[in-house]
Parts: sequence; C-alpha cells; structure tokens
Amino acid sequence: MKFGVVVFPGSNCDHDAYHVISKVLGQPVDFIWHEQTTLGEYDAVILPGGFSYGDYLRAGALARFSPIMGAVREFAARGGFVLGICNGFQILCESGLLPGALMRNRGRRFLCQFVHVRVEATDTPFTHLYRPGQVLYLPIAHGEGNYYCDPETLAELRREHRIVFRYCDANGRVTEAANPNGSLDNIAGICNRERNVLGMMPHPERAAEEILGSSDGRALFQSLALVLAAMARE
Amino acid sequence: MRATVHVRLKKSVLDPQGQAIHHAIRTLGYESIREIRQGKYFEIELEDDVSPERARALLEQLARDVLANPVLEEYWVQIEEESE
Repeated sequence: MKFGVVVFPGSNCDHDAYHVISKVLGQPVDFIWHEQTTLGEYDAVILPGGFSYGDYLRAGALARFSPIMGAVREFAARGGFVLGICNGFQILCESGLLPGALMRNRGRRFLCQFVHVRVEATDTPFTHLYRPGQVLYLPIAHGEGNYYCDPETLAELRREHRIVFRYCDANGRVTEAANPNGSLDNIAGICNRERNVLGMMPHPERAAEEILGSSDGRALFQSLALVLAAMARE
Repeated sequence: MRATVHVRLKKSVLDPQGQAIHHAIRTLGYESIREIRQGKYFEIELEDDVSPERARALLEQLARDVLANPVLEEYWVQIEEESE
C-alpha cells in the first residue's frame, strides 16, 4: 500500500497529509512534485490544501494544468483513489474530475474555524468506517468554499448519493445557520459516480489526533487503508 | 492584434464581491447606483499574422477552457480591429 501527496507550488497542507499517512496510519507515503508527468506505483493520491499558484485566475484553475494532473486523471479513470482536500477539492472541480465549482464564501470572509459535518454517504472507500449520519467535528480554512452547481447536477448528485458530507449543527441538523460559506444544499464534500474520487472542503488531515482538538478525520484515512489492504490480499 | 476577453459571473450566480462594493459605494452617498457586479478583463496581444477570424476562434476556446469557468461564469471576446 502506497500513498502519494501531490505538491503544487503554494500547497501548504501537504506535510499535514504526509504526517497523517506516515505517523498516524503508519503507511508508506511520498511527496509527488507537480512537474512529474507520471505517477508511479501509488494506490491512493492526495491533492492537499493550500493556495496552488496563489489562487491566481480562480482557486485551482492553474493547478489543473500542472503536468502531474494528466497522470492523476488517468489514475482516477483506472479506478485509483483520489482525495482532494480544500484546494485539492477546488482543483478536482476545475479539472472536471468532480462536477460544480467552489465560489467565494457567501460572507466574503476567509473562514478558519471548526465546523460540524454529517456523513451522508458511507458507501465510499473513504467513509465506510463512519456511521450513516455521524456528525464529525472538522476544521475548515478557506475563502472559496461555496459549492455551486446547476440544478441538473444537484439532482444527479442526490439521486446517485454522491453528496458525502454536509455542513450541520452539533446535533446533526442540516440548517442554513450551520452553513458556513453558502454552499448549495450545505454540501461540504462530494464523490464521483464511480466513488473513487472524493473532494471535500473540511480538513480531515488536521483532525486525526486528539491533541489537535479532534480525531474525527482519522477514520477517513483508516477507511481508505482498510480498502487498500483488502485489495492487496486479493 | 489586440483583443480583450471579459469574464463575469452568470446573472443567476450571487456576486458577494459586487454586493460588498455596492454596499460601500452606497454608504459614500452614490444612491443612484442600483447594482454592481464585478468581473474580470484580459488584455491579449496576438501575433500579427493571425487573422481576426482565427483570433476569435482561438480566444473563444481559450476563454471557455481557461479564462472562465463555465459552471459559474460567462465570457465574451472582443477583437479590437473589428470594433474600430
């Protein structure tokens, strides 16, 4: 089992992701410089948070043209697991690997705080260790996290149970007041139709150890590791 | 040849930046301004041997694929020679 963390110029959560994989999961992990054109033998690839290319043009818009993204696209098409966190989610949307887009927060301000999100889909390789409806306490840190898509896409996401996380209150109620950034339908994370690509605005890698205020994000990485271990045995 | 590409949020998409600017402007006393929506504007220089038709096709593609995100934004291309 081997994880790769892609490093774009301006990534700043790459080390957090690396730390969780190497120290918390205890699994092998490499940094992958964005100028590489091939991926090598990885089982899961993480597009980390940060401000790739300074968020120039639009958040994630320029990272999409990094040489590595062609390989990431092929990897995803082969069924490889891709996790995009925060800026990584923005890059996945800009790349067309996930539908929709992430706009400026409704309140215009950069938000750096803990939020509650409800696990809406546990039938993904990233979330199968959670209970359906489980409320997670995770940090967000973004200026452009306001998820938007057209009504047809939203209907499709709902029909195919591809909304994986939604912002909620501490009791798991999905309300407007619990929506930090104006995201459509309180969407905090979605997956692709094949369920091997997940994008999410909250940071599970920054909440995988008690000392950081929450360890609710740890099961996401453990879910993935369990799936990879099972695949390796087959 | 010079060309410009304008990019703006679709009318159906909320523009919080435009609203903030509008709010600030209203507090300055510009009461006759009803709405402001913020967009982007790209000035582009093309090589001289590119025809206006070719330039338009090229920039339409560039706008669609790179400069704008069609999920949120709309764009229009202006070739300067054509507008003169």
